[in-house]
Amino acid sequence: MTPAAFDPASEPIIALRGASKSYGAVRALRDGTLELRAGEVRGLIGENGAGKSTLVKVLGGVVRRDDGEMLANGESVDFHSPHDARDAGIAVIYQEPTLFPDLSIAENVVMGYHPRGALGRIDRRTMHRQVHGLLDRLGVPLDSDRPVRGLSIADQQIVEIAKALSFDARVLIMDEPTAALSGPEVERLFAVVRALQEQGAAILFISHRLDEIQAICGTVTVMRDGAVVHDAPIGDMTPDDMVRRMVGRELGALFPKQDARIGEPVLKVHRLTREGVFVDVSFEVRAGEIVALAGLVGAGRSEVARAIFGIDRADAGHVEISGTRLPAGRPLAAMRAGIAFVPEDRRLQGLVMDLSIARNATLTRMRALTRLGLIRAGAENRLARDWAERLRLRYHRLEDPVGFLSGGNQQKVVLAKWLATEPKLLILDEPTRGIDVGTKAEVHRLMSELAGRGLAVLMISSELPEVLGMADRVLVMREGLLTGELSREEADEERVIRAATGVGAAA
Amino acid sequence: MTAVAVEGARARRLTEWVLRVRELGIVAALALLITVTAILEPRFIEANSLRNLALNASIFAILAVGQTLVIITRNVDLSVGSILGLSAFLAGDLLSGNQDMALPLVFLLGIGLGAACGLLNGVLVTWGQVPALVVTLGTLYAFRGLAFLWTDGRQVNAETLPDSFLNIGSDSIAGIPILVLIALVIVVLVGQWLRDYRPGRELYAIGSNPEGARLAGVRSDRRVLVAFILAGALAGLGGVLFTARFGTVDATAGTGYELTVIAAAVVGGVAIFGGTGTVYGAALGALLLGTITSSLIVLRVEAFWQQAAIGALLLVAIALDKLVAVRIEAALRRRRSARRAD
Repeated sequence: MTPAAFDPASEPIIALRGASKSYGAVRALRDGTLELRAGEVRGLIGENGAGKSTLVKVLGGVVRRDDGEMLANGESVDFHSPHDARDAGIAVIYQEPTLFPDLSIAENVVMGYHPRGALGRIDRRTMHRQVHGLLDRLGVPLDSDRPVRGLSIADQQIVEIAKALSFDARVLIMDEPTAALSGPEVERLFAVVRALQEQGAAILFISHRLDEIQAICGTVTVMRDGAVVHDAPIGDMTPDDMVRRMVGRELGALFPKQDARIGEPVLKVHRLTREGVFVDVSFEVRAGEIVALAGLVGAGRSEVARAIFGIDRADAGHVEISGTRLPAGRPLAAMRAGIAFVPEDRRLQGLVMDLSIARNATLTRMRALTRLGLIRAGAENRLARDWAERLRLRYHRLEDPVGFLSGGNQQKVVLAKWLATEPKLLILDEPTRGIDVGTKAEVHRLMSELAGRGLAVLMISSELPEVLGMADRVLVMREGLLTGELSREEADEERVIRAATGVGAAA
Repeated sequence: MTAVAVEGARARRLTEWVLRVRELGIVAALALLITVTAILEPRFIEANSLRNLALNASIFAILAVGQTLVIITRNVDLSVGSILGLSAFLAGDLLSGNQDMALPLVFLLGIGLGAACGLLNGVLVTWGQVPALVVTLGTLYAFRGLAFLWTDGRQVNAETLPDSFLNIGSDSIAGIPILVLIALVIVVLVGQWLRDYRPGRELYAIGSNPEGARLAGVRSDRRVLVAFILAGALAGLGGVLFTARFGTVDATAGTGYELTVIAAAVVGGVAIFGGTGTVYGAALGALLLGTITSSLIVLRVEAFWQQAAIGALLLVAIALDKLVAVRIEAALRRRRSARRAD
């Protein structure tokens, strides 16, 4: 398990200094500073949204940095495309699937760099031999001639890895390569990584599983809020240190959860299971209570919410609202029973961007607003204005398309739309993602107010401060299982992260 | 390892079977169509009649090859009919003005004009980031309008064209019409390029997963641009051949060809969402569509039914493709769970 010796004083193969990248108003990367030397395996850790993937994309030539410097072997470089990065010997395994479903596994691996024979023709025999060799090294018996369509997520991941290994990379960057792999497959990948390391490659390894970081990495870089905040040999850091560095933020007064009288259970989830996604999830949410569902991306939180609301059908278990059992897989029945669901992606699932603010806000009450099948504009505007005021919506005219509003105000319109149905249970999936700090506080104030009036709230959030600040109770999920339940008093960042990553026993 | 080998062989057989059956299906449909028509009207299989069949299909096949290149990248080129019109009139106009003009030069100019039109399409699609459907719908009208402006109501007639040129449209070498030979050469050249060369394979990658192709380091914009230029150039070549074959050209030459050509590609197994299909299939599709039209004419079926028959063929082809795709996917998934269970 000891990392092979490498010279920490050697010239870095690739170095990034003070790189930044903004998407519109969001600064995804503020200070990306990283050095990768021959023969080192470096772990990169950080919370969701800490800027890891953006840093990877800068190194891979997918996005161009706004500022800062990139050096390859000490010389300043600038990648204009993934092609440039590849020519510089950088191989990247991205989180997003990048495979071609219609083409064979072999072609997926060598795309753009097919081995060529006479007259520049593709040498298929050599191609299949090479890819076969790669798959053998990874210990996965896949037929290189079959199309990628229909492969399991794990096998697709193997193909992605084979793709990155297919050329003589001097730098290998892996953005959560193990997320979909089983134990033996992870072991094989590690063996390959160690072999590459001995050959003098530099490896950047991103994972949420701290035990993997400890098993494979020699040094660790920690990112937080778009900046690299710590950099140390693995021996100098315990998992607890890593967690602390990843979080390391003061909880301000941003989260004004008022004490509310907790009443009767509104939602009861009984042993809900969806094959391959989550297993045996049971919990309840009471009137006036805000329950947070915490965990890493991909832990199955959103999927549980979708199953409660009936968008996805659960394979086993059931959901009760105020003692009445809901039929499975029927969102309309869930709505009638009093569930409101604010999805994660409001642009795609929550709003009709080209329709007016008023129309969007009243969409769920359409039936009550029509007479003889025609919408009464007056009633529509009255209802919309009423909600706009209660939510302190900032808008120019109610007739404007909802796409004109800022992210935070769009979120308020989604809330208005659902609150107009007078629900008993409000499910919020990442309610403040991509919202500026000021509006964020308003959304939090609103949630607290609603709970104070006896609404039961189930909130999914990947932002720990939000979870700890708002929730009366925190449920933690890991890999489809409910792994922790913490009261407001018990819950702190370390405990939540431990339950979410499975490091150590939950205290 | 033996289990893997066995599984590999099975998978290979499956994919090969699917690829072959797709084109064999068209061949079978062709054979059936010709047999039935021949029984009802024996003159249909006389040498002259079959020769005409092949001649008519040739120009469509050349255009279908270009269209296939574009469709594989998840784009479409609706302007090929208009490009053909422009280049057809260019060839006619040049030769009726100067009978002694070198024919290779005429071909070069026609192909060049088409390539320039394709370049415009490609630039708007890649750099302009406008969907190909919209860009080429616009240039369909723009190029046609240009043809009307340029011809100014004139028409080129066969009498004003040199015989050496018109012979290209009607002569044969070793019993095979020159036009058919040209089409065959193009189909085979482009077919091999798509199958055995990196840029060709990259077109499939782009159509199969555009973002993935970019991440894999494929220079997508450049490749898509090349596909549009080639489609334009082939339409330009088709225009010169159109003039050589028919002799009479005005501003409306090639009107509506784009839809026939896209239909030919789709019938030939080129998926409209990109990523799959071959030019062989597309060329066979063009031949099948041409044969249907001819056989319905020979059988004196009304024009309306001719259109309906082509429409029906298109729907049947798409339905069959969908069915086969669903079957294959199910088969692949079954195999996967079998492996996982080991």
